Amino acid sequence: MIRDIDVSVLRDTVARLIVEANYNIPDDILQALRDAAVREESEIGRRTLEQLVRNYEIAAAERLPVCQDSGVAVVMLEVGQDVHWTGGSLQEAIFEGVREGTKTGYLRWSVTGDPTRMLKTAGGDAPAVIHTEIVPGSDVQITFASKGFGAENMSALKMFVPADGVPAITDFVLETVDRAGADACPPIIVGVGVGGTFETAALLAKKAVLRPINVRHPRADLCRLESELLERVNDLGIGPQGLGGRITALGVNIEIYPTHIAGLPVAVNLGCHSTRRISTSL
Amino acid sequence: MPFHPTHLNLPLTGAVLDGLRAGDSVELSGAVISFRDATAARLMRALEAGEPLPVSLKNEILYAVGPSPPKPGQIIGSAGPTTTARMARFLPTLFAAGVRAVIGKGELHGDEMTPFLTHGAVYFAAIGGLGALLAKQISSATVVGYDDLGPEALYALEITAFPAVVIIDRQGRNFHETARAHWKRR
Repeated sequence: MIRDIDVSVLRDTVARLIVEANYNIPDDILQALRDAAVREESEIGRRTLEQLVRNYEIAAAERLPVCQDSGVAVVMLEVGQDVHWTGGSLQEAIFEGVREGTKTGYLRWSVTGDPTRMLKTAGGDAPAVIHTEIVPGSDVQITFASKGFGAENMSALKMFVPADGVPAITDFVLETVDRAGADACPPIIVGVGVGGTFETAALLAKKAVLRPINVRHPRADLCRLESELLERVNDLGIGPQGLGGRITALGVNIEIYPTHIAGLPVAVNLGCHSTRRISTSL
Repeated sequence: MPFHPTHLNLPLTGAVLDGLRAGDSVELSGAVISFRDATAARLMRALEAGEPLPVSLKNEILYAVGPSPPKPGQIIGSAGPTTTARMARFLPTLFAAGVRAVIGKGELHGDEMTPFLTHGAVYFAAIGGLGALLAKQISSATVVGYDDLGPEALYALEITAFPAVVIIDRQGRNFHETARAHWKRR
């Protein structure tokens, strides 16, 4: 049974999601920060975490952007294969929703049209990065994220070989977090993507960083690896804002996909403490 | 333990700069000038070409920020610090033009620290992702140049009891480095 959805519904939904995402960080992250403010052993670290929590309380109460960097809008769509979009272009509807929400929500325009900066003017804008998956059924699941670039800039991808194995994944995660230090705005969320091809690993890492931090990988061995990586990341001593302490990351999430018998692609996508994400369905 | 940050009025005198120690928590009050990637690049081009700047940088303090637009009734939108390292390559020129200190976020190491030591400049880190809260510590905001750069325009800002931590002091200490070394588990 084909389900018709007018793209204006998606536009309005995106316009609402971008504002809500930027005014309210996810409950799981806020709770983790509150817990961390009690658990952190370093005094300056505790004080920093308390200020972060206070910032989120102010932003929510006064409906202000939690951070001036409202980031790049990342829209992940799972579209049922029985959905038929009507009323215009799906991509343009998402772009329109982002433009509208950015304006009505008093968010900073953080995207430049020309990444090379060779054009005198910024060129045509594409205010969102869109990932679409076609799935069975007639539902549409949307995950919206405003991805700030402090943490995005510190992310990394490397093509390992099978013999490198899990130790290479571990070392690469630790190396990436250590190099990022305070620049990624710790306490961070670490998304690790393993497998597929070059671009799959990056997308898996993005999905991982956007998974709630209280949801563990369903496979027991990967769940253990997530816990072990979190512990080792926190042993780096970077602490809140790199001022030293025990809480460098709030969570490490891993996502995997089958890969070539010759390969082991690994991507590490970092999310700052205000990793803004919100999900809904149509 | 009660928390007592040191209150500092801007501009900072040489004696005050001398007295700062890496790791000190401070609250800054006074005038600062905003800068970001595009702003710093343009200031540097003007300085290298010997062209006049929209504002004098003599004895000034730069704050790495690109604020959100203000909501009605707000002085400035969310206005937390951005990553200083992206602008590190412009700092030698900006220090030579008279800048005394930089407020930003994130780490500076090795070659990035050298211009601070050469010019006796100090690096303060504010807390990244504290946009809504820090906006309340800004009592005036005026675009004084490069308004075509939008959020990267040159703003003259008046800050009040603005919380920060001394990261690089005049003795060349780096608080991010010592703090990490102290808390690292081997």
